[in-house]
Amino acid sequence: MNSQVPEMSKQQASAVGQPFTRNDDACHDLSIRVRDLNLWYGKAQALNGLNIDLYQKNVTALIGPSGCGKSTFLRCLNRMNDLIPSVRIEGLVEMDGRDVNAAKMDEVALRRRVGMVFQKPNPFPKSIFENVAYAPRMHDIVSRKGEQEELVEKALRDAGLWNEVKDKLHEPGTSLSGGQQQRLCIARAIAVQPDVILMDEPTSALDPISTATIEDLMDKLKKQFTIITVTHNMQQAARVADYTAFFHLGEIIEYNDTKTLFSNPATKKAEDYITGRYG
Amino acid sequence: MSDSYDQISQQLKSRHRKSTRLKYMSMGALALAGAFLLIFFADMLSKGLPAFKQAMINIEINYTEDAASNGRAAVDQDLSTIISRSVVRVIPLEMRNDPSLLGTTVQRWVLASANVDQYLKGNPVRGLDDEEKARIDRLVEDGRVEMQFNAGFFSRGDSKMPELAGIMSAVVGTVMTMIVTLGIAFPIGVMTAVYLEEFAPDNKLTQLIEININNLAAIPSILFGLLGLAIFINFFGVPRSTPLVGGMTLALMTLPVIIISTRTALRSVPESIRHAAFGVGCSRWQVVKDHVLPLAMPGIMTGSIIGLAQAMGETAPLIIVGMVAFIPDVTASFTQAATVMPAQVFTWSGEPSRAFVEKTAGGIIVLLAVLISLNAAAVLLRKKFERRW
Repeated sequence: MNSQVPEMSKQQASAVGQPFTRNDDACHDLSIRVRDLNLWYGKAQALNGLNIDLYQKNVTALIGPSGCGKSTFLRCLNRMNDLIPSVRIEGLVEMDGRDVNAAKMDEVALRRRVGMVFQKPNPFPKSIFENVAYAPRMHDIVSRKGEQEELVEKALRDAGLWNEVKDKLHEPGTSLSGGQQQRLCIARAIAVQPDVILMDEPTSALDPISTATIEDLMDKLKKQFTIITVTHNMQQAARVADYTAFFHLGEIIEYNDTKTLFSNPATKKAEDYITGRYG
Repeated sequence: MSDSYDQISQQLKSRHRKSTRLKYMSMGALALAGAFLLIFFADMLSKGLPAFKQAMINIEINYTEDAASNGRAAVDQDLSTIISRSVVRVIPLEMRNDPSLLGTTVQRWVLASANVDQYLKGNPVRGLDDEEKARIDRLVEDGRVEMQFNAGFFSRGDSKMPELAGIMSAVVGTVMTMIVTLGIAFPIGVMTAVYLEEFAPDNKLTQLIEININNLAAIPSILFGLLGLAIFINFFGVPRSTPLVGGMTLALMTLPVIIISTRTALRSVPESIRHAAFGVGCSRWQVVKDHVLPLAMPGIMTGSIIGLAQAMGETAPLIIVGMVAFIPDVTASFTQAATVMPAQVFTWSGEPSRAFVEKTAGGIIVLLAVLISLNAAAVLLRKKFERRW
């Protein structure tokens, strides 16, 4: 994958106005490569020729005004858009050298490697234990009861929830507070040991304290996972993201490391959005 | 210029009047419906409750030589006209089965004839003359004639003798028919709904199927009977009048109800649960089996029970497949002739004898009791498994 880097630098130099690679010097491994991605809902085009490289073990934030396609793009990465019948997708989404949208790519296998956390906490209406243990058991990652318990504890610890729920693992997941439910959903996602975790505005339904907890968590989790998060909150992007992509009307206007994008945006649109002139 | 406060309250007055009027009209409608229900129940209970009591006579039975051929010889001649014919009819049979009875005398409570029963219940009776009435009155004073709980009504099958007629064969027939109905309609209905709701693409064909299913629920039930006759009996040769063919016919009728209620239940499962399940890598079938169906199950069960209750009260299609029949013996298998409760009520309502009026009402009470308990079970199930998410 490192072999891609020089080629990308070349493209970056030529593709003015549509930069899709980072321009810092640090060397990160490529996780997901997107080329010329177009998406239509029926006749309306929602994504317009996207090109972007997403790097491993980093937090990448996708920002932009409402309806700019950032959530739609996020759902392309684990093919959740398949659930919407009118969607048509063209272009390349490549993970580990494999085309995600290829006919022979099983979306179940893909989603095993690309976990997702949704906007509204949506734990299964089962016990806290079952919420975490269900997916690993389904994927045959664990079978024995003892292994399950170990894995549930590890996932809940990684999600920073263990101390709060260790005495009530068999109470329903829906009995937790909103912030705890969201961390339970994160535990559920990391329990299957994915490579990538997609987060679709994970804190928009939460209070500021729960939000801060989740942000701390993202910072810890990026040591193990590639995190791609959609956010409406620019302060949040500035706080947690290593890289930030600015979306507008289905296009990626600017993609850079977060510090550069926020302090020295290259495009007028990004600057206007970041300074709060619209959005 | 905006309206002054007085102008606004002027308008409001008429609006308030309208809403008050509407409120009283709704209350009136409710009261009317309640009154009808009350009248219905009162009438049915007053007619039907006597069916659960039956006049019994305490008589002496002499198992003599003569009685072995003619049962009438075993009882007092004065009483032979006021006890049920069924009593004297079984005496020779009893003696043949148990020869040691010969020469013994037994004092026993036996069924009184329907005329005595009706006379004691205060209904007009034609078959008794004044002398017999006087004799009955004396026997009542002596405590030899009594109204007792009519256990036979629940343990015996149909009979042409009203005092002997019971609802048991119809109850068993209903249970067996419902087993067949549910056994066919529940799995097929639920799987159909799951396919349509969770798997099928939304195109012209599935829309057509959906419209047809909705229409099927509104088809007059007698047409399902004709379909059952034409296909199950005439084409496939399923024996007529049996719980099997009755259950299959009613399954056709219940199917759309189960499909529609299952689809509603599936639709009420929030999309976020499906997203969560897909998000952790469930296949479509795992999403349905592990997450959607368990959540929808209370709704599916409620719908199925209501569909079943509807099928249980159905008579018209069963007339066509021959289940409205005189069935004195309790049915033992799915391929023997049987009848069901509403059909039994229908049969009794057509009997000329006065004593069958209370049997009819009694049958209705039993049927309604079963239906109300089924509906109550549906409500309880829903309450018990209702989940918030």
